[in-house]
Amino acid sequence: MSGRSDELVSEEAGEQPQAPVEGIPPVGTALLTRARGVYRVVGPVGTTVLAFFLGGLVVLVTGDNPLRVYHAIFNGTGLNWLFHFGSYSIRVPFTTHHVWFWWDTGSVAAFNLQQTLLLTTPIVLTGLAVAFAFRVGLFNIGGQGQYFVGAYVAVWIGSSFAHLQPLVHVLLAVVVATLAGAAYGSIPGLLKATTGAHEVITTIMLNWIAFWVGSYLFGQAGPLQISTQSGVPESNVVVAGAKLPVFWGPKELQGLSIGVFVALAMLVVYWVVVRRTTLGFEIRAVGFNPEAARTSGISVTRNYVLAMAIAGGFAGLAGVCDILGWQFQIGPSEIQASQIGFIGLAAALLGRNSAVGVGFASLLFGALINGTSGRQLDSSIFPPELAGNLTIVIQGLVVLFVGLDLAGVLGGLRRRRRST
Amino acid sequence: MTALAVRLGSRWTATRIVAAGGIALGALAFWLALPPLHARTTAVPVVVGILGVAAGIWAASRGERRAGVGAIVASVLGIALGVLATASSVEHLNAVVVWSALLASTLRYATPLVYAAIGGLYCERSGVVNVALEGMLLTGAYFGLWADDLTHSWVLALLVAMLAGAALAAIHAVWSITLKVDQIIAGTALNFLALGVTGYLFVQHYGDQGTPGNIDKYGVPDIHLRFLSSWYFIGPIFGQLNLMIWLSFVLLVATWAIVFRTPFGLRLRSVGEHPRAADTVGISVARTRYLAVTSSGAIAALGGAYLSIGFVHSFNQGMTNGIGFIGLAALVFGKWRPLATWGATLLFGFSSALAGKLPFGYGNQWGTLFQALPYVLTVVAVAGVIGRSVGPAAAGRPYTRQ
Repeated sequence: MSGRSDELVSEEAGEQPQAPVEGIPPVGTALLTRARGVYRVVGPVGTTVLAFFLGGLVVLVTGDNPLRVYHAIFNGTGLNWLFHFGSYSIRVPFTTHHVWFWWDTGSVAAFNLQQTLLLTTPIVLTGLAVAFAFRVGLFNIGGQGQYFVGAYVAVWIGSSFAHLQPLVHVLLAVVVATLAGAAYGSIPGLLKATTGAHEVITTIMLNWIAFWVGSYLFGQAGPLQISTQSGVPESNVVVAGAKLPVFWGPKELQGLSIGVFVALAMLVVYWVVVRRTTLGFEIRAVGFNPEAARTSGISVTRNYVLAMAIAGGFAGLAGVCDILGWQFQIGPSEIQASQIGFIGLAAALLGRNSAVGVGFASLLFGALINGTSGRQLDSSIFPPELAGNLTIVIQGLVVLFVGLDLAGVLGGLRRRRRST
Repeated sequence: MTALAVRLGSRWTATRIVAAGGIALGALAFWLALPPLHARTTAVPVVVGILGVAAGIWAASRGERRAGVGAIVASVLGIALGVLATASSVEHLNAVVVWSALLASTLRYATPLVYAAIGGLYCERSGVVNVALEGMLLTGAYFGLWADDLTHSWVLALLVAMLAGAALAAIHAVWSITLKVDQIIAGTALNFLALGVTGYLFVQHYGDQGTPGNIDKYGVPDIHLRFLSSWYFIGPIFGQLNLMIWLSFVLLVATWAIVFRTPFGLRLRSVGEHPRAADTVGISVARTRYLAVTSSGAIAALGGAYLSIGFVHSFNQGMTNGIGFIGLAALVFGKWRPLATWGATLLFGFSSALAGKLPFGYGNQWGTLFQALPYVLTVVAVAGVIGRSVGPAAAGRPYTRQ
């Protein structure tokens, strides 16, 4: 990734404290301008290592061996599949030679990896929802709510209109649900632009509104509750024609759907929009300094609304991929358990809002969550209920230290020593 | 009317009183259709509500735009709800609207919100944004219960809860004040940490068994006011409330006095509004903020302890389930002022109480939808539709001495 325009601005903005602009803490810009050069990689990696180290200490203090625990978690993630060299071979006919395939696509590890990638998909997208809003200087904590709205609309369209052609049905669900997420995301942007309402407060509130509205819609006696079983608080099931195709793994048992390619494509789209379009330029300009942007003829209002709408669209698409990819149904219990929006937030922070960074950070969190889940983790080594909480602790530590910005603090210390 | 306005002081002009009357008429339109009066014709709420709308329009045309619009909105809502209530059967209404029971459970639901919101008030008034209230409540809930189970003393339990909350808040303080990290990121991280750490300790310590069943014997006691219990209406509400509810009233009055009537309160507010000015006159911005943030954690943790050892007598992973955020909402809705914030917690507590009661007459789904109300109201409040809600000027910005 070329970060040329970033560096140009950060040379000026990084050294002195940002001037406060009409009551907005310069949250996104501060993060953006600090991350540069080698620190871009060293900072996040150091943060992750430190968080895992402290998480390991927690395990150690409570009487388990952290290395054994982490090894079991790693095996649960399916990432060990990548290291199964030569596990699968075919003898070349009429010779004594074997052709060794690196990877056996039918193994348990392969299945685990499919689950990890299924989880990574929505994290990438909700991570982009946070990262994109950061670019315009807004802190989008509302990824969770926008994800919910996308999921609700996807499950509603996916379970109705059964007569549609499969391709048409999938496209309809994806487009409408993404637009719904975008509309929901644009609300805080619009409120920010027109009334100055702080987006952190409004997005937190909108998360809970989406949470309760969904619990109402799909809960007991709700208007969209499953029509065949009146006692079950779940939505209708997505019809076969509206499901995303599974390209790897068991078709009926949560194989990997093409949603993961949607997420990868969106990483590229994100990079292109931010770096190579006028829209991205305007959005970054507003993010760096709204006043200056306004003076040079860029509409701050328009960019706030658009950026938040695009962010909401990313998060809505995350909901779509989950619903049409493997969940097929949603109900109050799934709504209550979902943390995807917040994990996306952690991924965006750890990935420093860059496309590559968000991708890797999402894979890390997706693997961690899958590896500690009750289904994947070997419970004779470590109880999954404990491991699930360990995951949350590690996420918390990552966000805590990312906020601390190790690189920035080290740099600051060095500067201070030099000046005294 | 003008004489009344003069007696009430300059803030209460005649037009504003009319606007307030309009809001009251809106509420009355709904109330008349409810037990015990049970107006059965739609005419009653409609007529009263139209009077309220008229009062609102009059006040709005005389310059009281916000209060006037508020009266119009309240009256239209009053008409709608009143008409709905007259269309509903008397048995259903009686099953749901039992005023004394509703008000008593309003107080029970409002109390954790009061602790959360007042904790947040100290923090945000000092210029540090606190989105970690949820985590602080959860910390107080777990450590309060754990200490209660260990020592069988609720006093010690409350102390431990406060210490734990203050410790979590101390991280927030170091990160936000000394290291100047973005306060929202720090708060988000602390919510994760609190959820993970309390969940981890809970599973490790209590495992599949859950928390012991005898916590109610050692929890914070209820206060039985025997002389009150036979009184009409008042008795069922105040006759048997938990000690923590009474303490929350004390906390509210004390907070109002501290923030608006003491030198410390003045320092607190000045540090939150204009830290540079405060620094110039010799107030230590960092020390004031440290004190405010750590006490914020201790107070919010009390709310969590009330939940676990005063209300439900058990602990579950993530049991606060958004209560900290409703507390934050109440703080914003109450414009960062103690008594208005209390009003907001009562309103939100009432909506929770009603949500808990609605299933008895109308089915679960309406109760669920009702839970969204506090959040909708808060979005409306920060967007400035009815009286714009603006926080302390320096909130969210670290202070650097020059």
